[in-house]
Amino acid sequence: MNPSTRTDLEAALSDRPLTQGSLPRRAPWITLAAAIVIGLVLTSFGVATGLAALVTAVLYGVTIFAWSLAVEGPRKAKDRVVAAAVTSAFLLALAPLISVVVTVISNGVNRLDAEFFTYSMHGIVGEGGGVYHAITGTLLITAVATVISVPIGLLCAIYLVEYATGRLGRAITFFVDVMTGIPSIVAGLFAYALFALFFGPGVRMGVMGAVALSVLMIPIVVRSAEEMLRLVPNELREAAYALGVPKWRTILKVVLPTAMAGIATGVTLAIARVIGETAPLLVTVGITTGVNMNPFDDRMATLPVFAYRQFSSPGIPPEPAIDRAWTAALVLIAVVMLLNLAARLFSRLFAPRSRA
Amino acid sequence: MPVSERTSRSRVRAGDRVFAGLSTGAGALILAVLAGVATFLLVEAWPAVVAPSADIPGGQGITVYIWPLLFGTVLSAVLALLIAAPLAVAIALFITHYAPRRLAQGLGYLIDLLAAVPSIVYGLWGLAVLAPATVEASTWLYQNLGWIPLFAGPPSSTGRTMLVAALVLAVMVLPIITAVVREAFLQTPRLHEEAALALGATHWEMIRMTVLPFGRSAIIGASMLGLGRALGETMAVAMVLSVSGGVSINLISRSNPSTIAANIALDFPESTGIAVNTLIASGLVLFAVTLAVNMLARVVINRRRDFSGAN
Repeated sequence: MNPSTRTDLEAALSDRPLTQGSLPRRAPWITLAAAIVIGLVLTSFGVATGLAALVTAVLYGVTIFAWSLAVEGPRKAKDRVVAAAVTSAFLLALAPLISVVVTVISNGVNRLDAEFFTYSMHGIVGEGGGVYHAITGTLLITAVATVISVPIGLLCAIYLVEYATGRLGRAITFFVDVMTGIPSIVAGLFAYALFALFFGPGVRMGVMGAVALSVLMIPIVVRSAEEMLRLVPNELREAAYALGVPKWRTILKVVLPTAMAGIATGVTLAIARVIGETAPLLVTVGITTGVNMNPFDDRMATLPVFAYRQFSSPGIPPEPAIDRAWTAALVLIAVVMLLNLAARLFSRLFAPRSRA
Repeated sequence: MPVSERTSRSRVRAGDRVFAGLSTGAGALILAVLAGVATFLLVEAWPAVVAPSADIPGGQGITVYIWPLLFGTVLSAVLALLIAAPLAVAIALFITHYAPRRLAQGLGYLIDLLAAVPSIVYGLWGLAVLAPATVEASTWLYQNLGWIPLFAGPPSSTGRTMLVAALVLAVMVLPIITAVVREAFLQTPRLHEEAALALGATHWEMIRMTVLPFGRSAIIGASMLGLGRALGETMAVAMVLSVSGGVSINLISRSNPSTIAANIALDFPESTGIAVNTLIASGLVLFAVTLAVNMLARVVINRRRDFSGAN
């Protein structure tokens, strides 16, 4: 190589910094701040928030693309635009979540009083009334569904992990997955069709709703329990067998306790998933205005169906009923979120202490 | 892997036999329930299938009754999927490859919360917030893009349109698709990613060359799972959509085809006699469609699982 060329090159580069050809580190933030300021100015001129947010995102994308294209070249420019697009997609998904929570809280807080939780709708026209009957109904039906689903789901998971061999095991695994996709309304129709065969058409009972919810709940329990049982180290089982413990006692005394935290989490999440179901209860349990504590006799009220009915047939004047619907929705959403939180807590609290 | 059965000649304990029988029975019960759903729906739907067409609500037979509903179901679900699937892939990418590592799990949990909101709440929200918010936009679409049959209008003044129903459905299936795709993206072999980066690829080029090809079948499978969920979603559609029957691809007008699930929820409580059987027959059609979509989705996802890691 010609030494003089190298000197020329070195001379040409000597006064340039090493970061030549890339944007300053703060470039995205500066651009973003500028775009946000413009977005805020737009909203202050009366442009809708959604439109302003869109303008902000597009403005940021275009600016950073042009800037990067000029300094860094097309490959890095594309990289920066994709990063912006992916981040905006995430923020966009948060928008409905925030909107739902804010709407439900602001509309539901009107009727969040003691009467709402201690009164049923028996003899209520217009204002007042509450969801006492719907809460007892929801608790009863969900409890019955849990009592049906947990033993079946747990035993099925034990079969899949400890006993399954060959085609039956594979078929069950596959169809449990498929079953998680059954529409809730179909589960409701199934329960109706099943009971209508024995009790005649038009039958409504709490236990029908529990059966429908079980169809939705069992596959979730199986899935989570199976996953947890597979995490139990095989050494534990082998140690038990080596001590002469029968297989069934090994499962009951060693495998299940070890996996208990995960199973409790899974069951709680399954309950959270079905406690808000409306459609299957609408076609099997119906709605009533009074307290019914017997799941084997006649209609019961449940929280989701109560919210739907108050909203769809509010009566005159409609406002009190609409308020009750929103508050019922608020209670429902709070219950579901609490169950989700409890599930995470279970997995923290009861996790087996491992030293590995 | 479970320890295999002992083959020694020691007597099989009664407890073992009972327990094995119980758990095998529970496994078989799952298959029986699935078969039972199909059987009982068929039994209750049969009277509507054989009934004279004048007795079916609408008076023109069961095919004419179910077809517009099926059309509405597929239209709303496919639209929802078109909106949700690209978003879900982008969100999964953000959580796995863009967000700060320490925040990633929490952000994933936030998206999962979207799945925890009951559908009735989405219905109320869609009606009270989303529908009115789209009126202006659909008027704009009608005035400027009215020549496209999708936006033929006239725009609904309440916003209870097919477009809003599809948007609500998209929000509801988004977390389901994201969860599956996220799992797949996380399993991308580290070495592939590092090799791409070592060759000088930018972050996006690395994702396009390693993460997306690896997750492709998961994206397809997850989208179909989302489709299955959107097809069967009931309450949100029943509350949001203003229906008039008939087949129409007009997304922003007041008259829309209903969906099977929404139609059942709206009509079932007040129906008697053959009308109930007709609704159950439509439910059977919905069951068959979602079952087919879900089975296909699971086949696609499982095939990926068989090959993952090794290649």
